[in-house]
Amino acid sequence: MAANNVLVTGVSGYLGGHLAARLAEDDRIDRVIGVDTAAPSPELTALMGRAEFVRADIRNPLISRVITTAKVDTVVHASPTAHPSGPGARPLHKEMNVIGTMQLLAACQRSPLVRKIVVKSTAAVYGAGPRDPAVFTEEMVAASRLPSSGYAQDNAEIESYVRGFGRRRPDVAITTLRFTNLIGPTVDTVLTRYFSLPGTVPMVLGRDARLQLLHAEDALAVLHRAVEQDLPGVFNVGGDGILLLSQAIRRAGRIPLPVPARIVGPVVGASKSLLGGARLLDFGPEQVRFLTFGRVVDNTKLKTVFGYTPRWTTRQAFDDYVHGKGLRPAISPDRLDEVERGVLAAVDLLR
Amino acid sequence: MATARVIPLHGNIPVNDAEPAMARQTARRGRTEPVEPAPEVTATEPDQPAPPRELADRLADFVAFTRRRLTGEYEVDEYGFDAELADNMLLPPLRQLFQKWFRVEVIGAHNLPESSGALLVANHSGTFPIDAMMTAVAVRDHHPQGRFLRMLGADLVFRTPVVGSLARKSGQTLACNADAERLLRDGNLVGVWPEGFKGIGKPFRDRYKLQRFGRGGFVSAALRTGTPIVPCAIVGAEEIYPKIADLKPLARLFGFPYFPVTPLFPHLGPLGLVPLPSKWFIEFGEPIRTDEFEPGAAEDPMLMFNLTDQVRETIQQTLYRLLSQRANVFLG
Repeated sequence: MAANNVLVTGVSGYLGGHLAARLAEDDRIDRVIGVDTAAPSPELTALMGRAEFVRADIRNPLISRVITTAKVDTVVHASPTAHPSGPGARPLHKEMNVIGTMQLLAACQRSPLVRKIVVKSTAAVYGAGPRDPAVFTEEMVAASRLPSSGYAQDNAEIESYVRGFGRRRPDVAITTLRFTNLIGPTVDTVLTRYFSLPGTVPMVLGRDARLQLLHAEDALAVLHRAVEQDLPGVFNVGGDGILLLSQAIRRAGRIPLPVPARIVGPVVGASKSLLGGARLLDFGPEQVRFLTFGRVVDNTKLKTVFGYTPRWTTRQAFDDYVHGKGLRPAISPDRLDEVERGVLAAVDLLR
Repeated sequence: MATARVIPLHGNIPVNDAEPAMARQTARRGRTEPVEPAPEVTATEPDQPAPPRELADRLADFVAFTRRRLTGEYEVDEYGFDAELADNMLLPPLRQLFQKWFRVEVIGAHNLPESSGALLVANHSGTFPIDAMMTAVAVRDHHPQGRFLRMLGADLVFRTPVVGSLARKSGQTLACNADAERLLRDGNLVGVWPEGFKGIGKPFRDRYKLQRFGRGGFVSAALRTGTPIVPCAIVGAEEIYPKIADLKPLARLFGFPYFPVTPLFPHLGPLGLVPLPSKWFIEFGEPIRTDEFEPGAAEDPMLMFNLTDQVRETIQQTLYRLLSQRANVFLG
């Protein structure tokens, strides 16, 4: 059964905003209501068309009134984000993610009209480490190895609250989507900024993480499909195939610079500030751990049960990002061609 | 295995001094299956065309290879296996060691399945896991289709910088049931050394005495996927670094499972890292089928014990047989 009145949290963010825009274009949906603490950017507002925006904090009881008065039947919880807005913002951030989810779920529980919840989670809940299996399937649970605070821990807590909600309201269809890292020409994440560092990109010495990426368009299509159809369950959402970190840096036309794990964060920060970057990269221990071991999830259930096959593989999504962002390679392909021709000419002389 | 006994390496087998080593080797070749030296083998590989290639061609290939590496134009599978890197950078030096230093003789390569999944189970020895690397070369070079062996390694391997990422690129992954079953289900040839550190780090006096086979997790992986188990016996690896003592405090300090003392290490420094040039034999035994059991057989502990024991016994018997045929550690 198609959704009629959809509430999307976190519409000032990339996923929430673009999802609201997509849903607004879908005429089978009566009303699209976007909620966030800050107003979306003008470009995003323009995209969102007929979608309504309510400036509200999901930690506020106001959200409950919005849900009941607008007769919301589908809630898309897209607000949990990875990046604190600045140093020291971490406790506030956790409160937004976790306490916000609790309040939102409490509001949903009181409204008898709500019959579907779509939760944006992350593959980070599986952790990243040397003792982990190479490929995670949905039933694998994070061992106690998750860092005690951070994005992964927030999402693990959010998922557990969502499961609790599911037990109290078995009539509500809950779709939990564990996204791998998003990439694409328009999306802006820590990872996209990392790969666009000028010239050399620092990576962890002696390590080469396996990266699985998801094109932002695929992520939006999956969220849209979850709103459109009733597909309860937990699903890994990631593109097919992987790239090694060094390989990805090479494909972005950059040169990998291996440095000890401890100084990856500072080096990344330094290279960004040298460029006079407006927003400093927040490169915390979680990101460093991710770049040390990487993470790959199995998307078989997404294809067979959810019925969606990502249109971009990891490699295609990454290449689309590189071309879309217009990243200029540090070593130009022409120069490579030249060297190659030179060597081959010398080889011909040998023959 | 209370009766397990090491067959003495020297002395009991009468060696005819008049018979030259080469003649004995040819005799052995005739008895077992023919084992070809390097050039012919590489020639039969599908991805390596004409056998004696010109230097110019090699150079051109190398330029193209370098370019692909510099631009990231290569494929890596979900475990991080980089076939191109393995063939061009990782296997060639090991192949030299395989052919020139250890002069490995491969027996029973026909027991490896042509293209379907199988679990290769082998004995572990030699202080440093060179035996696993040599088995990988043996499978790649002596299997008619030149298959890659996907090995399961301890988490210590993946915790260690450089080693861990090289291990993944060479086709290894963590020894856990999830990865093993996934690889087998996808029809890979998977290698496992169930003795683990107990096998590889055992003292020299216990050579060729199989240690306990972990918890037998490998058998359940094979049973659940219905893939055959190929027992594999490796002779020669025990003698490369004879471990005569273990410096436990140093091991604890570095977080290693052991810190070996060999006749040459650590007092000769880097020179002590050169493995002794023992003569090796790698024998692949007849596959043990696991697809004839009922579904749910992997939940039956008694069956698991029996199968584990059968595999272990087969490898131990093959080791004894190979050892009794071997006249000299270094000459074979």
